[in-house]
Amino acid sequence: MGRTLAEKVWDDHVVRRAEGEPDLLFIDLHLLHEVTSPQAFDGLRLAGRPVRRTDLTIATEDHNTPTLDIDKPIADPVSRVQLETLRRNAAEFGVRIHSLGDVEQGVVHVVGPQLGLTQPGMTVVCGDSHTSTHGAFGALAFGIGTSQVEHVLATQTLPLAPFRTMAITVEGDLPDGVTAKDLILAVIAKIGTGGGQGYVLEYRGSAIRSLSMEARMTVCNMSIEAGARAGMIAPDETTFAYLKGRPHAPQGEDWDAAVEYWRTLGTDEDAVFDHEILIDASELTPFVTWGTNPGQGAPLGSTVPNPEDFADPQERTAAENALAYMGLEAGTPLREVAVDAVFVGSCTNGRIEDLRAAAAILEGRRVADGVRMLVVPGSVRVALQAVEEGLDKVFTAAGAEWRHAGCSMCLGMNPDQLAPGERCASTSNRNFEGRQGKGGRTHLVSPQVAAATAVLGRLAAPADLVSTNVAVEA
Amino acid sequence: MEKFTTHTGRAVPLRRSNVDTDQIIPAHWLKKVTRSGFEDGLFEAWRKDESFVLNRPERQGATVLVAGPEFGTGSSREHAVWALQNYGFHAVVSSRFADIFRGNSLKNGLLTVVLPQETVERLWVLTESDPSAEITVDLENREVRAEGITAAFELDDNVRWRLLNGLDDISITLQNEADIAAYEATRPAFKPRTLPVS
Ligand code: SF4
Repeated sequence: MGRTLAEKVWDDHVVRRAEGEPDLLFIDLHLLHEVTSPQAFDGLRLAGRPVRRTDLTIATEDHNTPTLDIDKPIADPVSRVQLETLRRNAAEFGVRIHSLGDVEQGVVHVVGPQLGLTQPGMTVVCGDSHTSTHGAFGALAFGIGTSQVEHVLATQTLPLAPFRTMAITVEGDLPDGVTAKDLILAVIAKIGTGGGQGYVLEYRGSAIRSLSMEARMTVCNMSIEAGARAGMIAPDETTFAYLKGRPHAPQGEDWDAAVEYWRTLGTDEDAVFDHEILIDASELTPFVTWGTNPGQGAPLGSTVPNPEDFADPQERTAAENALAYMGLEAGTPLREVAVDAVFVGSCTNGRIEDLRAAAAILEGRRVADGVRMLVVPGSVRVALQAVEEGLDKVFTAAGAEWRHAGCSMCLGMNPDQLAPGERCASTSNRNFEGRQGKGGRTHLVSPQVAAATAVLGRLAAPADLVSTNVAVEA
Repeated sequence: MEKFTTHTGRAVPLRRSNVDTDQIIPAHWLKKVTRSGFEDGLFEAWRKDESFVLNRPERQGATVLVAGPEFGTGSSREHAVWALQNYGFHAVVSSRFADIFRGNSLKNGLLTVVLPQETVERLWVLTESDPSAEITVDLENREVRAEGITAAFELDDNVRWRLLNGLDDISITLQNEADIAAYEATRPAFKPRTLPVS
């Protein structure tokens, strides 16, 4: 019987298989950041163990880094200690690190792909749940806990429980103005935040194949919000074209050998998935969340749902609690929900295509009075590219704040936070209570919806701007 | 991880049930970036009370905690185990532990021993009336002994073997070092490495 993409990658990494034991898998790439690594390094130190493969390990600073005044000492003592600890550990154990101020610094899941370190058929781990992002290249990539981080540092392997496979097939063309973010939000709303539990998802179908690499990363990034262990997309010409020429991509003969191998990875015709879901791309519309988990989303053109309409009592209670927290009335058109803040950034939507999309909408327009808009590039490289294209000027001319790279308001570990009760349209991936600041209210949206929302001051799609276009053509 | 074969030490009787991990080590200690130095956070709130058993002079240097039922409930922080170990405890006795806490403790070499509540009561009575009374936790024979008390306990064979040999998850994997090296030798040359490229 044929095998799926995920099964092939798994099989190619089995170091040891024994009766009654989980498979021991080799890890090709281990990404580190400052929050989940300190105790792992300390564990190594206490046991007198080295990092087994420093040449397969790389660290970057992102979760705590400030996005303003990055040349000044970091004010928050906890953030400062975590960053200093990572620097010390990297130096002591000989791990490559990209610190604040370095040209390769940025959100760990933006940095790996951009360096060409994430490639098809690899196993990639990081002490961060959004490691699923790297699955866009046809890698098996998942988040791990601190004790597993220590395990990988010491052994470059991980004992792993088997998974089940789910195909999410999206056929047809995405309508104009509908993005990868809308697609994945719709998937999560359809299967629920627990729907992917125990599964590795494979996104397939014509709509997926026509996505750019960056859009694919947006999709795979949020696999974790569907409860999945990982999300993957089979590598194809789009993948190879993205990788070619990147600093760590194979070269010469190695490139040819790699591409030949990568072409064998796609799911076999006769492979069987444990579960399959079919989605018609042409039916998708801009999607936003109204609640406090990523599965609580709805088309922008609809209304805030009525908890009474949920058959499942648990979902009903969850919806009631969410509406109370979010300060929303059932039946309110989502387009009438006014926001205080807009955040464009994160490992979901902080890459150059996302910034281009937001800038294209803001060009010649203004952020609405009373709305604060933050644009935070996912990495320094993304920032430099944006500046080269003049996008930073578009943002600042529109009245948005252009910041330095990092996770920023995606989780508000640094000073970029919402005030209690503030409402934000955010291109990030989690809308949990307090995620962007204590009492803050998050609506997850695409970069396009974020930009249009900033202009109108209420949840909106770019199409809504046409009639209210205040642009002054020179 | 240190080997655990047999341990003998004085005890701290903790007559409380449902001690959760936040009571063992409060959340604000989680900001630390090390795995050691949690001893001062152990039972921090209770230790503000001078009469709390851990503060009594006769309990200094004790190494066996005899706790009430449902020990280690609440959030799954591994720091709770580290705090007990950093303080100097080698074993904890209770009639019931929360699952995650128990898993974490055995992985880290802190022996959590399950005994019937009536045996725990007898250990409390003994060690409360005589603070110098010693308790022996004998993992080889799966037995707890103290003056007038001998009680057998159960422990999974595999877990016992790991503790007796001082093997943590990492050392078990490293026993397969040859497999890892063999795998590494066959990895294709085109796989990327993180070393800086010029
Ligand atoms: S951008 Fe957000 S989701 Fe991504 S790694 Fe940073 S904190 Fe996590």
